[in-house]
Amino acid sequence: MIGSARSIAVVAIFLLPAVFFALFYLYPLGSILRLGLMPEGRLNTAALLQPLVNPNLLRIVWFTTWQAFVSTVLTLLLAFPGAYVLARFSFRGKTLVRTLATLPFVLPTVVVAAAFIALIGPSGVINNWLRDLLALDRGPIALSQTIWIILLAHVFYNYSVVLRLLSAYWQNLPPSMTQAAQMLGASPLRAFFEVTLPLLRPAITSAATLVFIFCFTSFGVIIILGGPRFATIEVEIYRQAVNLFNLPLAAALSLWQIIFTFILMWVYTRTQARLGQTVKASAGKAAERPVRTPREKWLVYGNVVAIVILIGAPLLALVARSFRGQRGPTLLYYRSLFINQDDSLFFVPPGEAILNSILIAFGAMILAVSLGLLAATVLSRWERNAAGNGRLGALIPRTLDALLMLPLATSAVTLGLGYLISLGRPPLNLRDSIIILPIVHAVVAVPFVMRAVLPGFRGIQPSLREAAAMLGADGRHVWWEVDWPLLRRAILAGAIYAFTISLGEFGATVFLARPETPTLPVAIYRFLGRPGALNYGQALAMSVLLMGVCAVAFVVIERFRFGNEGEF
Amino acid sequence: MKHVKVWILVLLLGVLGSACGSGDQTADTPAVVRLMTHDSFDVSAELIASFEAETGLDVEIFKAGDGGEMLNKAILAGDAPLADVLFGVDNTFLSRALENDLFLPYESPVLLEIRDGLELDPEYRVSPVDYGDICLNYDVAWFEEAQLPPPDSLEDLADPMYKGLTVVENAATSTPGLGFLLATVERFGEDGYLDYWRQLVANDVLIVDGWEQAYYSYFTAASEGDRPIVVSYASSPVAEVFYAEEPPASAPTAAVLTDGTCFRQVEFAGILRGTKVEKEARLLVDFILDQQFQEDIPLKMFVYPANETAVLPELFQKYGHAADKPVQMDPARITANREAWIQAWTDVALR
Repeated sequence: MIGSARSIAVVAIFLLPAVFFALFYLYPLGSILRLGLMPEGRLNTAALLQPLVNPNLLRIVWFTTWQAFVSTVLTLLLAFPGAYVLARFSFRGKTLVRTLATLPFVLPTVVVAAAFIALIGPSGVINNWLRDLLALDRGPIALSQTIWIILLAHVFYNYSVVLRLLSAYWQNLPPSMTQAAQMLGASPLRAFFEVTLPLLRPAITSAATLVFIFCFTSFGVIIILGGPRFATIEVEIYRQAVNLFNLPLAAALSLWQIIFTFILMWVYTRTQARLGQTVKASAGKAAERPVRTPREKWLVYGNVVAIVILIGAPLLALVARSFRGQRGPTLLYYRSLFINQDDSLFFVPPGEAILNSILIAFGAMILAVSLGLLAATVLSRWERNAAGNGRLGALIPRTLDALLMLPLATSAVTLGLGYLISLGRPPLNLRDSIIILPIVHAVVAVPFVMRAVLPGFRGIQPSLREAAAMLGADGRHVWWEVDWPLLRRAILAGAIYAFTISLGEFGATVFLARPETPTLPVAIYRFLGRPGALNYGQALAMSVLLMGVCAVAFVVIERFRFGNEGEF
Repeated sequence: MKHVKVWILVLLLGVLGSACGSGDQTADTPAVVRLMTHDSFDVSAELIASFEAETGLDVEIFKAGDGGEMLNKAILAGDAPLADVLFGVDNTFLSRALENDLFLPYESPVLLEIRDGLELDPEYRVSPVDYGDICLNYDVAWFEEAQLPPPDSLEDLADPMYKGLTVVENAATSTPGLGFLLATVERFGEDGYLDYWRQLVANDVLIVDGWEQAYYSYFTAASEGDRPIVVSYASSPVAEVFYAEEPPASAPTAAVLTDGTCFRQVEFAGILRGTKVEKEARLLVDFILDQQFQEDIPLKMFVYPANETAVLPELFQKYGHAADKPVQMDPARITANREAWIQAWTDVALR
């Protein structure tokens, strides 16, 4: 039996995520919302209700919603076959493909936009090529500043979310169930729709929720690729807060954005709970097999090619451009990175920027994974225990689950301003401290980790744990022997996103970065702010370094083995 | 399980560390004077080092986003200011800063050397530190190849001859965009500027969110784009030469400097109310206004020094003249009308 002192310690540890959430999310957010909506202690209802009555704002809300919906559906459809291929087949270059697909996540939108324009812009490579091929006056593709380029960019950025979360879950599903259905006479199509798809639903909805929230709060893609004619709620919040300094309306919009996401999440967690199925999951690698038939070859390589074209092409364009000077191939841009040409105080040696970025990102990753795992453990146990306690009992964990997703859906501008006003004073005088960076990044990354691991947690059969316990395993052994092997891949996916989110993050970094701790994105923006071929070239070279660091880190994290688990 | 323990330890340490982090300054460390500024700020490392050596102060500089973001953050920080001195609030935002009572008055002795016409605040709450001209830039080689005369007035942009050639920034979100809009308001009057913009839209002007996209995604001289005319700065051609891969024989871009086509942007610095080191902050302001710092400005930030005794670098004398008669607008008038003008402009140009 567990001593009471130990159980208090256990409770304290499980309280950590709650404390963290309250201190670094609720408190700053509450401060800024209060300043915006109740400056004199009275609620400014006029501002609060404006987003519901102003036709202009309503139009923005509508656009935000439908573009996020369409983007999510498109991303799901396009990434689904890829996830299948990654889950079921082993082939050369698999890690490479998975890494490639995740790279867009770290790139600044301005750089991605430049790559898109270089490819499919009016005088882009593809357009020029098509123009010559079809003997036209100008390139046939006119996507810039249209909804199409927004959707394309959303797929580009979020493809890997579906790919990774879905394939991590899929790998644990034994193929035997689908095979059994087929053996019983179901056509492959029927077996897919009636067996495989329902089994995958928890992971699909989990990934879809993340993608939806990302697109719902999309900012850079909208203003930079979509242009000034498009606006999401997030864009409007920025406009109100920064350009017009209308804090009440910015706060009101932020609040509605949060409420809307909360309702959505709540409905989602309800359906998740109702699915309530546990899968006889297996953590072995038996599910993966080499490519054999021509049809399988076609499927696997078709998907690889699709990923390379969709995601690789713009990245390749960037890399190529970083090595191409005005007079042919050159290393000039890379060499210049190491020279402080004009004795600038803000010169960042690339090595230092890389080191800063990696340290902060690892800190954020460890923090996010630890907190996310703790929270997921508590939630899934609570759910199981509450399942017998009727509807009310199940309500609390479900609501908590929805609540913990909110940092991802909260306007970055709003939260940033919240940190500014709340963390500048004792007792949390962290505004000037470097430690705030991994913390801020972890706030956004925890929901990610939770979405990655919760479907796995829910899928573990209690009987498995009970059996282990009966055989004499104590709590930690049960975790280590039962939960961990099944969750390993999901945790890895969560860890990788936590790392990536931190590595590419710019908003909080610029707001808090002191000259002593410049990160890679900070260095990139420093170059992009000035005219001149050398500045642009160096921005690209630095972006390529950022991708490189990210790719190496992925490979290292993926190779990171715990115990003797064999390979991935 | 070991890993779990290590994680929890790291976590606890992290939280503890963060809670007690950023401890108080002990008495014997040198006094720190903090400067907050916008993303475009730059300065020679040597210059700051010499100031630190001379005064025994430590200078901490932090960038708080673009001009608008920086100002809002300074206002929101209220009585716990983010810094002691703010550098870079410009004439389009000045009134917002003054209305929020952000600065302590300080009449620096160096102000005597500041050039006339840079809108000195009569109460000395801010001091002009530099100025720049927001102007049309064009791709010299493109116009030579197309055998087309480069534009030399705002009216030219509406000429069918220049159809589909121009990219400008969103006036609601970008400083050059707003400056250009203000230039058109001044040139065509409050009754006429919207008509002018209708003509520009009919002439297929491209409006993008910010300077980075305009310049690095669409401007032919700097990207794979197809627009040879862009709204940038009078000094951008200097940067094109200074940051060229090899020293070019002539500048690849040029600015249109004819009367009334450029908008003059003036930047100011001031001491933030609530500072605990007002005396030291004054030293920093003096230093910023002083000749040495002012001569460092042009090749660092590609704007012109406010101090008349500062000598312009050779490159500027060759490629980077400021406009003779730029549009200069009273900050109070800008503040009074900014939102209305931008809203009307948005309805015409973006809907």
